[in-house]
Amino acid sequence: MNFSILIFLFVAVLTTFAALVVVTNKNLVSAAMWLIVALFGAALTFVLLEATYIAVVQVVVYIGAIAVLIVFTIMLTRRSAEKEPSGATKQWPIAAVLSLALFSGLTYFYLTVPGTDRLAPVLDKELNMVSALGQLLVSPSGYVLPFELASVLLLAALIGSIVVAWRK
Amino acid sequence: MADLINVIENWLNKLLLGWGASPGLTQFILQALGSVLVVLICFMIVIALIWVERKLAGRIQDRFGPNRAGPFGIFQSFADIIKIFTKEYITPQGADKVTFNIAPVLAIASVLAIWAVFPFASNVIGADVNVGVLYIVAIGSFGILAILMAGWSSNNRYALLGASRSVAMLISYEIPMVVSLLIPVLLAHSMKLSAIIDTQRPWWFILVVPTAALIFLISSMAEIGKAPFDLLEAESELVAGYHTEYSGMKFGMFYVAEFLHQFTVGALITIFFLGGWTGPMAAHWPILGVIYFFGKAFLVYLVISWIRLSLPRIRIDEMLNLNWKFLIPVSFINLIGVAVADRILLDLEPPRWLYVAVMFVLNMLILLVALYLSGKSQPALEVEEFPHRPVAVSPRTEKSSS
Repeated sequence: MNFSILIFLFVAVLTTFAALVVVTNKNLVSAAMWLIVALFGAALTFVLLEATYIAVVQVVVYIGAIAVLIVFTIMLTRRSAEKEPSGATKQWPIAAVLSLALFSGLTYFYLTVPGTDRLAPVLDKELNMVSALGQLLVSPSGYVLPFELASVLLLAALIGSIVVAWRK
Repeated sequence: MADLINVIENWLNKLLLGWGASPGLTQFILQALGSVLVVLICFMIVIALIWVERKLAGRIQDRFGPNRAGPFGIFQSFADIIKIFTKEYITPQGADKVTFNIAPVLAIASVLAIWAVFPFASNVIGADVNVGVLYIVAIGSFGILAILMAGWSSNNRYALLGASRSVAMLISYEIPMVVSLLIPVLLAHSMKLSAIIDTQRPWWFILVVPTAALIFLISSMAEIGKAPFDLLEAESELVAGYHTEYSGMKFGMFYVAEFLHQFTVGALITIFFLGGWTGPMAAHWPILGVIYFFGKAFLVYLVISWIRLSLPRIRIDEMLNLNWKFLIPVSFINLIGVAVADRILLDLEPPRWLYVAVMFVLNMLILLVALYLSGKSQPALEVEEFPHRPVAVSPRTEKSSS
């Protein structure tokens, strides 16, 4: 058995378990902590796929920004965190149907798309993935339009937050 | 002799292979040994640094500092270590036990993990990943998480207050820090730390982009969370901030993490702006490179200590104003200016010294204009007027006068 498969199994089980705890745990802060574990597991999966850039960005964006923001928000609203919420809300059947549909859709996709049973080709060590990704993001034949659209969206969000916080 | 570390590595490699270990296992053992060695060196440096810091603080504040245990008190840190090991571990009532105990581990791990990518010499590099700079930023975010976890799980309002302050501060100061880190990346055309150091021969980046170096120094001093940015553990306001409830070695881990973080910032500034291991003869004698690296990092460490021992703690509004109204605009304008100038100079192909001179003048110009503008637009200090109230008056007279 390959050593990397062993690591992958460990990471996959850990990520799935952490994700399960996130949705079942009644304590909001504990759920947020387990969310961080799940996000870190996703980053480790990217490392196993040799996508180091995506892995590091996953940590920077999701753990460094989003998870910290979530934990901070929960702390600021500590009174609601102290009370034990009843757990599932009334919308859980809809959520269950939706996530089941997503899961079966992904499984169907995985089974029908050709080439998913083959092993990934070994990457060239000399290949600079980061600069290749950068070139692809800003080249007109690549993804320059989505990239610029995302930039405009972020700028709009920035201006929006300034307008909201503006002292009259 | 010149290449001591690699000679030892080769010798161990041959020895293990001779004992019949497979090449994969040998590689694993050597890498594990290397990481343990780096961790041990870090901890030993911290023991020395604590003594140096206390001695320096003593001298700056016109007193002796530790001077009882051993000559010049050099064994003081060891006495403190023994003391801290024998102390009781207290977990406060109502604390979240798991989070409470993970937080100090995460605090120290978030600093130690940064050392994994450091190039100590031309051929002594931990992991030369091609996203080195981004890795450092990513690992740094775990430190914020550790402070948040410690503050929340202590079940103490002072700790929680310290943690909320820390998030406001650390997240805001991460922006100018990352933006000023972008400039060495831009100049070196790579996020690999070894490539960034190679580009700095013979002109260190502190001569090319001094403004970026200054902004990085200020914002990483805030990231350390020591004076003048020690709002998150302000002892006159918050007892000890996020680590109020920690005792014994659990407190010791936060303490060590703080000192190590300060030294790590020194090492980061060395790598990004002071040429890393480069120096006279360092390319031929890698062992000299290691000495240069630690020497430069130690010098930056002393500068940071000097600043923090000289300045009083800043107020929370001053802290936010400094970041959002000065550091972030200046760092963005500096980034744009350096990018445009670098692109123009790429076409003109001037000699390297002229390139450095143009960049230096541009950076200084941006800094001086920013300082001039911020000094001009400084609003008059808003002093709240309180009615005159003598200290010792009986409640009766106070009531009658009002």
